[in-house]
This record gives sequence, structure tokens and C-alpha cells, in this order.
Amino acid sequence: MDHLVFDVSHLLAGSLVLLSFMLLYQDRLTGLINVFAIQAVVLSLAVGWQAYVEHEPHLYVTVAIAVIFKALVIPLSLKRIVVRLRIHRDIEIVGGVGVTMLIGIGLVALSLVVILPATTSAAPLAREDVAFALSVVLLGLLMMVTRRNAVSQVIGFMSLENGLMLAATGAKGMPLVVEISVAFSILVAFIVIGVFLFRIRERFDTVDVTELDRARGGYR
Amino acid sequence: MQLLVLLTSTLGLFATGAYAVVARARTDIGARVYRISAALCFVSFLTAVSALTAEPQLASAPLGLPWIGMHFRLDSLSAFFVAIIDLGGVAASVYAIGYGAHEKEPARVLPFFCAFLAAMNAVLLADDAFVFLVAWELMSLTSWALVLAHHEAEENRSASFIYLVMASFGTLALLMAFGLLAGSVGGYEFSTIRTATHAPWIAGVALALMILGAGSKAGLAPLHVWLPLAHPAAPSHVSALMSGVMTKVAIYGFIRVVFDLLGPPAYWWSIPLLVLGAASAVLGVLYLTVESDLKKLLAYSTIENIGIVFVALGLALAFKSQGVPLVAALAFTAALYHALNHSLFKSLLFFVAGAVQGATGERNIERLGGLIHKMPRTAFVALGGVIAISALPPLNGFVSEWLVFQSILLSPSLPQWSLKLIIAAVGGALALSAALCAGGFVRAYGVAFLGRPRSEPATAATEADDWSLGAMAGLLLACLLAGLLPSLVISVISPTVMSVIGAQMPTPGGMPFLSIAPIAESRSSYNGVVLFIFIVFSALLAARVVHRFGSHASKRGPAWDCGYPDPAPSTQYTASSFSQPIRRVFANAVFLARDFVDMPAPGDTRPARFTLNITDRVMENIYRPISGGVTFCSTQLDRFHSLPIQGYLMLVFVALIVLLSGIAIWQ
Repeated sequence: MDHLVFDVSHLLAGSLVLLSFMLLYQDRLTGLINVFAIQAVVLSLAVGWQAYVEHEPHLYVTVAIAVIFKALVIPLSLKRIVVRLRIHRDIEIVGGVGVTMLIGIGLVALSLVVILPATTSAAPLAREDVAFALSVVLLGLLMMVTRRNAVSQVIGFMSLENGLMLAATGAKGMPLVVEISVAFSILVAFIVIGVFLFRIRERFDTVDVTELDRARGGYR
Repeated sequence: MQLLVLLTSTLGLFATGAYAVVARARTDIGARVYRISAALCFVSFLTAVSALTAEPQLASAPLGLPWIGMHFRLDSLSAFFVAIIDLGGVAASVYAIGYGAHEKEPARVLPFFCAFLAAMNAVLLADDAFVFLVAWELMSLTSWALVLAHHEAEENRSASFIYLVMASFGTLALLMAFGLLAGSVGGYEFSTIRTATHAPWIAGVALALMILGAGSKAGLAPLHVWLPLAHPAAPSHVSALMSGVMTKVAIYGFIRVVFDLLGPPAYWWSIPLLVLGAASAVLGVLYLTVESDLKKLLAYSTIENIGIVFVALGLALAFKSQGVPLVAALAFTAALYHALNHSLFKSLLFFVAGAVQGATGERNIERLGGLIHKMPRTAFVALGGVIAISALPPLNGFVSEWLVFQSILLSPSLPQWSLKLIIAAVGGALALSAALCAGGFVRAYGVAFLGRPRSEPATAATEADDWSLGAMAGLLLACLLAGLLPSLVISVISPTVMSVIGAQMPTPGGMPFLSIAPIAESRSSYNGVVLFIFIVFSALLAARVVHRFGSHASKRGPAWDCGYPDPAPSTQYTASSFSQPIRRVFANAVFLARDFVDMPAPGDTRPARFTLNITDRVMENIYRPISGGVTFCSTQLDRFHSLPIQGYLMLVFVALIVLLSGIAIWQ
């Protein structure tokens, strides 16, 4: 039974990392949103498994939040935004997929090297979870750095938050109220970003963030 | 018991400050608040004097940081300094009852004045690093607010800025010093620090940090740059407190940490103190001799006196480390005695400067003159203060400087050659500064009070009010007593010296009453009363002889015009003329002096002009490069303000990766 618990949670956390890699090279926004939704579903599975094996019923609330907001509300509204911005057919240039992938692999290796020795005293389950969670966070950050489209950056940010969620549930003793407030703050951030996306679009006719810099006075 | 009284009176001072805010609309608020603060300070002074010989008393309050609380302690050392501070507080408050009536915006001064006094008391009573630092910072901030009281003048604003920067820097150094001493366990109570053993390097670094932190507050060169700017900016009674009293709090902090908390001293600790002290003494006095602004001149004199105190402290450390407690006690007595004296005569002279400024609106001695006729009483007390600060017997300045020299003369008994050589040089520097100081004050007094008035306001000057005169006269009396009765003062200081050094100056039996002999009677001894009687007697005799064989009455005639046909007051010997030789000698080495002569061509009607620029070499060579470096770095960093969005993200990303890689490698 112990082996099974370990393997399943390992599998789910590993899938999250894999989905983060998939996010990195999606050049269509709709595809990107779909992968993000899948990642949210996998996250909720991982958290649910955690809740089941650790007998922590309050984690089911987290699962519900993840499923409702991250897998349904946010992807659906993002899709609507993309359609209304009329960029759903656009192909974003994701420069140097190979290089990005290599950097991503390096990041995963880095987070394993950092986390595993640092948490020798923790339960193996939590150790793996935290290591994968850090990978997801770093990959989300990498995505935000490499993308130029504001919508993709938002998705990078949300996937980064998925990593945080994974880490939070992996560590025992995280109060429910913190999870809920994190989830809501993400939702609020999403709404604000959504509003701003339309404002940016209205003013600059694009959601390419490099345009913003040009308007601000460019690189100095 | 005494500690509780002191704490209550400190709280009372805070409350008075709050009252000054609440009742700021009252017209008599100034006089009222100063009366209360004078009474509270007087109570504290008496209590502190009675606590000089008492056992250490402890108190604690549950306020403050949760796991530390607040600890207070009154021992002989803090009692001595509380006495100095509150004596200065009484004098400043009494003086301000009269002087404060000139204040246009009392609400800018009163609350901070009270809080300043209270904060200084709190520093002295602190028994853990938390209370000490909070009170220290409060002291800095309230005095900063007082420097900024007359904020309309641009120079006051820049002075307060420099003061704030230096004060923050000093507190930072103190913070790090206490952090080091508390160690990784974080024992911030002084009792814990005192019993802990510190590794030599920790003690050394803590000493360096204390020199930076306390030295910058005391005005030790080269950390003195704020002092000549900030002291003139504040109202005169506050200048007196900052210069005469706050510097003593800094000295107390230094003694508390270095002599009490740091453990047994190493001999080399004394070297930086001796060198910096001598440098302060000489630098301060050189600037004093060429400065024409009365209050700036006094501020430079503070730098000089602080230098003397630090030299004496350095000597005490050196002798203590070599196991010669008797001589260490002599040097330490000299340091405390000089601290006391300085607080007395420096407050007095700042009051004089305030009275002169109140009467004429002038601080520049080049535009004063002849005040002895318009303000005879002020001139008399000023003369007393000037004699005291010039270290002439029978006033108090002589005794303490004499004690310092006595301990310098004992330095050949030290085994280290480095110390022998340094102390000899330091002795020479102190002798130079003592002589120049006397010259500088002859110049200041002569130009400001004697001769003929050099400006319209100096002609129209009127005598100071009675409260101010009373405060000044009281301080002069204290100066005289401290000079006449040195053995009495030393016996008052002795318990403090005993508690810090573990020995005290010998009071050999069979000595004539009221005389002191620091080493042995055969080598040197001093009796203030005898000397005073001799001086009075011989002066009276000389006057009698002159009047007997000369004319019978003094006569007044027109001032001699040195052969000039124009009797204008500007033909008099000026302050610049007086300091010309000193300026010439040290023109390039110290002052970076530059003369500019603007001589119009023949036929041109514009006047010829002579301008003299004197710059502080320390400011030029140490602080300008630092501020230039800061400006350069901030200009470079400014580029990050206009990165593209992805640039910011990249910054975060790269920083995170670098930190994580650091952790990975470190593991």
C-alpha cells in the first residue's frame, strides 16, 4: 500500500511537471488554455489523492476550489477573452523551443538538487512533492519570461500558482484559511488582469507586451 | 528607589512634552513647560547625586519586545552621567524661560525639548540593547527635529539632513555592535553581555563599531562634520544641550560598552582612541581659531574637548590593560572630570552666544564688538566661561586637563614601545591644542566684547534677561567651584571610577585640605583655593600699585586710531587678522584655504573684494567621495527603473535561479 501511495502521488506530481513543459511550447492560445485546464485537473487529482491518503478532509475544499476555478471558470473565461480580443487564431512565436526545453530540464534538475538535500528529515512523499512543485513554479516563471503575449503571461502566472498549491498541500499543517485566501487572491488577480487586458488592447491594438514598452519610452 | 524616581521623572518629561502639544495655544506655554522641565531635571539631578555611591538598582517593565521586555539599571556610572545631563537640563530650562520668549514658533521647540531630555535620561538608564537603541534613536530624532526648528533657512535644512544621515549611520553601527555582542543566542540584556566571554575579534570589531557609533554622536574626528553645522542651527539652549550634554551621553555609551560590557581590554584598543582623540583635539581647535561664527566656533571647541576626553579614555584603557589600575583610575577620573567640566562651560558659552544673538541678531564676531559696555553682566560670565574653557587656573578646565597631562606623563611606565611613542605624540598634540584653544578664545572674546562696535545692531545691543543671566551665573559658579575644590569633585567621581576601573585615585593622608596630588606629592600637587587666593590677592595688589603710582581714577578718551585719519570701527583689529598667522601656517595642510582677490582696474568704480574660502578637508576628502560613490551607484541602479516588463521578469527569474544555485552549491 505504501508503494502505491508513493507511486500515485509521484505520478500525479510528475504529470504536473510534464504539463508545465507542454505549456512552454504551445504556440496557439487555445491550446495553451486547454493544457492549463488539464494541469488544473491533474493538480486537483494530486491534492485529492493527498487528502485521501493523509485523511485530511479540509484538502477536499482545496480540490473543489481547484476544479471549479482553475479547471473551469478561469480557462472558460480566458477562452472568451481570447475570442473577444480576436487573437484566438493567432500563432505566437515561441522562439527556440529546443533551447527553452533544455533550460526547463535544467530548472527541474536544479530544483531537485536544491530540495532533496534540504528536506532529508521530511517524509519522502512531501519531499518529492515539494521538489516537483518548485519545478512547476520555475517553469511557470520561465514561461512568463519567454512569452510576449499578455494572455500567455497570465497563464504562466496561473501555472506558477499551481506549483505553489502543490507545495502547500504537500506540506502538512497548512491552514485552510491560507489556501482559500490564496485561491481568492488568484481569482482577484485574474479579474484585474482581465480588465487590464482589454484596456491594453483598446489603447494599443495588441496585447504584445513589447508594445507597452515602446509606448512607455522604450528601452533605455 | 532612586531608579524609580528617575524613571518617573523621565516619564514626567515625556508627559510635559505631550502637554506642550496639547496646550500649544496658550501664550505662556513656553515659560510653563520650561519651569516644569527645570523642576523635573532638578529632582533627577538630586536623585542621581544621591545614587552615586549606592548599589546598582534594577527595574524591568513588561513593555518592549515580547521576549526581552525593558530593563533599567542605575549604577554609579549611569548616576554620574544622569547628574551631568540633568544639571545641563536644569540650566538649559532656566535659561530658556527667558530666552524662549524670543521663540516665534514655540510649538516647534517645546515638545521636542522635553522629549529630548527624557530620551537622554532613558539612554543612561537602559539595561538592555533594545531600550538603549530605542532611546538613543529617540534622542537623535528629537534633536534632529530641534535642529530643524528654524527650517526656513536653507542652511538649517541641509544641516539637519547631514545630521540625520550621520545619526542614522551611528545608530546602525551601534546596532551591529550590540548584535555582535549578543551573539547568536541573542542575549540583549546588558547583564548577559557582561558575563559572556567575547572572542578577541568580536571585541575588536565591537570596539571599532562603538568608535563609529558613539564617536559620530560625540563628534570624534573624522565623524564630526555634522556638528559645526547642526549646533548653530538649533535654538541656543538646545545647542547647549546638544553640545554640552548629548555628547556626554555618547561618551557614556562608549564607556558602558567598552569598559563595562566588552570584557578585559587589550592594549591596542587604546591606540585608535588616542590617535582619533588627538586628531579631534587638534582639528577642532584649528577650525576654532579661524571660525568667525560664534556658535560654530563653540561647536569646533566641542570637537576639541571630546578629543581630550577620548584621549583620557584611551589612556585609561591602556593602563587598565597593563594592570596598572591606579594610573588607569587617574586617567579615567580625568576623563569624567573633563566631561563634567565641558558640560558646564560649554553650556555656559552657548548661553552667552544665545544672549548675544538675542541682543544683536548676529553670530558673526566680525560684526560684533564693544559688547562689554552694552552687556556688562553677560560679558562678565562670558569671560569666566572663556577662562574655564581655555584651561586657565583657577577654573575647572585647568584641573581636568592637568589630570590628563599627569597621566600622559606616566606613560613611559608602559611596556609597549608603540604606546610610549604614540602617547608622547598625543601629549604634544594636546599641548598644542590647549595653547591654540586659549588663543582662539582670546580672539573670540576680544573681538566680540572688546573694542568698538563694528555694526549697527552691536551698537544697539541690550543686556540679557534675568532668567538667562541667572542660568549663566549659576553655571559660572559651578565652574568656579569645580575648579576651586577639585578634591571634592574627585571624591564625588571616585565611586564611579571604582566601579568601572576597580581602583580609585589615591587620597593620601596628611595632604593639606582641598589639594590634590595625582601621583605623589613630591612630583606635583594642585590646590585651587590657594591659587585662587593668590590670583585675587596679586591682582588686587597690582591694581592698587598701578592706581597708587599711576593716575587715581580710570579715564575715558577717544580710541586710538593707530594713526589712521579715519576713525571708523572697521579699522580695528579683526577676527580674521587675529587668526591670520594660524591660517597661513595651516592653509594647505588642514584648511584647503583659498584667497580670492578681486581688484578692479583703475577707473573702475566697483569696490575691491577679498574672499576667503575655508573648507573642511575631512568633508572634502572623505565624505564627498562617499556621497559621490552613492550617487554613482544610484544612477547606475536607476536604469532598472525603466526595464521592459520582460526585463523585470527576467530579473526575478535570474535572481531566483542564482540564489537556488547558490543553495545547491553550498549544500
